[in-house]
Amino acid sequence: MTAADLLRADLRRIIELVPRGSRVLDLGCSDGSLMMHLRDERGCDVRGIELAPDHIAAVIGRGLSVVQADLDEGLAAYGPAAFDIVVLSQTLQVVRRPAFVLREMLRVGERGILTFPNFGHWRVRGYLAFRGRMPVSRSIPYSWYDTPNIHHTTLTDFRDFVAANHGIIEDEIPLHTSGWGREAHVQRFLPNLFADTALAVVRSAGE
Amino acid sequence: MPAFTSEVSRPWDDVGSAGVVPERSLTIEGVRLASGNVLGQVEVVYETYGTLSPERDNAILVCHALSGDAHVAGWREADALAAGWDPASGIAFAPDLSAAGDPDAAPADAIRPGWWDGFVGPGKAIDTDRYYVICSNVLGGCSGSTGPSSTDASTGQPFGLEFPIVTIEDMVAVQARLLDELGIERLLAVTGGSMGGMQALAWARLYPHRVASCLAIATTWRLAAQSIAFNEVGRTAILGDTAFAGGAYYGGREPRHGLAVARMIGHITYLSDESMRDKFGRRLRDREAHAFDFVTEFEVESYLAYQGKRFTERFDANTYLYMTKAMDYFDLTGDASSLAEALSDSAVQWLLLSFSSDWLFPTYQSREIVDALRSVGARVSFAEIPSPYGHDAFLLEPEQQYRYVEPFLASVLAEERTSARVAVESGGAR
Repeated sequence: MTAADLLRADLRRIIELVPRGSRVLDLGCSDGSLMMHLRDERGCDVRGIELAPDHIAAVIGRGLSVVQADLDEGLAAYGPAAFDIVVLSQTLQVVRRPAFVLREMLRVGERGILTFPNFGHWRVRGYLAFRGRMPVSRSIPYSWYDTPNIHHTTLTDFRDFVAANHGIIEDEIPLHTSGWGREAHVQRFLPNLFADTALAVVRSAGE
Repeated sequence: MPAFTSEVSRPWDDVGSAGVVPERSLTIEGVRLASGNVLGQVEVVYETYGTLSPERDNAILVCHALSGDAHVAGWREADALAAGWDPASGIAFAPDLSAAGDPDAAPADAIRPGWWDGFVGPGKAIDTDRYYVICSNVLGGCSGSTGPSSTDASTGQPFGLEFPIVTIEDMVAVQARLLDELGIERLLAVTGGSMGGMQALAWARLYPHRVASCLAIATTWRLAAQSIAFNEVGRTAILGDTAFAGGAYYGGREPRHGLAVARMIGHITYLSDESMRDKFGRRLRDREAHAFDFVTEFEVESYLAYQGKRFTERFDANTYLYMTKAMDYFDLTGDASSLAEALSDSAVQWLLLSFSSDWLFPTYQSREIVDALRSVGARVSFAEIPSPYGHDAFLLEPEQQYRYVEPFLASVLAEERTSARVAVESGGAR
């Protein structure tokens, strides 16, 4: 098994969508795993933004550049279309201003790639419907009172959200993950019910 | 494409001392300054630590701050000899420091390690087992390199205020000449905190092809009005001292009161509200009740008085004037129309670190540099380190800096070696 096989399956899907040699900005880049793979496998010129000191140190140790910054404050340092791709992986649900963050992504990137947990998944629905409790699951593993996830969305809501912020969804890949995120299969049948994770390629609708 | 991942990583607790370090010096001829003045001969005092690799690819230049000198880490040879070090035993030396007691109240002659000893040494952020470290006393300084207290060859007298105004860029140009003499064409990194950070930034702008990386800590790209104001108060204290004598006080009574006041003001700007509260509070020193008199009674007064007095025993008032003026003039923008333009098209890798409680050079000033670099696509990393110690944190938080600096330097070295190998294999010269 190579290091690439250990990469979270949704990240592996992202790599497949990024053209070789792209300029990529990874928002909330964690320990830089995705950035490293994009650089080493795709020859991309990558930059990261992250808050956590341990993650920042790890990214630096990989020979990559990362700036400590709060995504909710925007991406003012970058001009329009400074990047080919801006990635926001499993981070949309933790930001305070998701609409602002999406608009900033679409401003500084030709395309945005987002992944997020689908709150419309049948397990989540069933949890609330039958137990009467806030859902806790593998992809949403927090109690309601200590979760960093403050803006949950479903696949259907996400489409409205993108449209309302002048974006166009170019590609939507609903995923059914298993093996603790190690594997991901495309879930085309009733995606908002059966996909626990969604990946979307978004671009600006223009003026 | 190769992965530039650092493989060698040592735990923080495995650290040691750089040991006993001899002071060296050399003379550089004909230094033209930004002001247009020319200094015929410039003496440069410097120290080196660690071993230069056969490929000469592991050299790191450390730039010191306002009150620093060439002695970054370990023990001065002269101090070590006086403290009983036996040269036959090698560079290792471990003086008994317990006798000195409180480091803030230690006698002036107590042996002290270099000013960045927590940062530079075996296993530390700048690991002298891996890197070759050079530090020189700046042009205009008073710890061996040519400055206002040096003798003017044309008069046989100390320069005093006849010494030309020097800039941060002038200091850097002299360091570049020093490296020429040492046969070091390219630096793995140039680094420093505060005024040392300004030099590191100026290095990366002026000589982008001579530095693989720039590590600028607790610094700024130009002083804000508040910082210039503090410098001006310090200068006013010195210039107003009755012993100042137009700067020609050498050999007579020195403007110690003015210099001490300047240092006291400086120290306040290096600390923070929180660190002063923790360190001193409103405690009285050596008394139970207020004296109802103008004597030193609060702990903080005693601390500042001690710091001021000690400083006058080792520092030249004229150098204080020149250093603060160099900082006030510094603007990394140079002749460019914007900071971003000044920093564009640079292959340098940057790491900037700031401290949460630093109000002399606050985080926003580092972020301005980082944002300018980001806007031109530079490879820049940045983190703000949480610390209560104010501006002084760059001297007092070695472990928090290690976390970022160790992997940064290791990955830059790995990348330098990879690109050198690729250049050799492809038959091209870099």
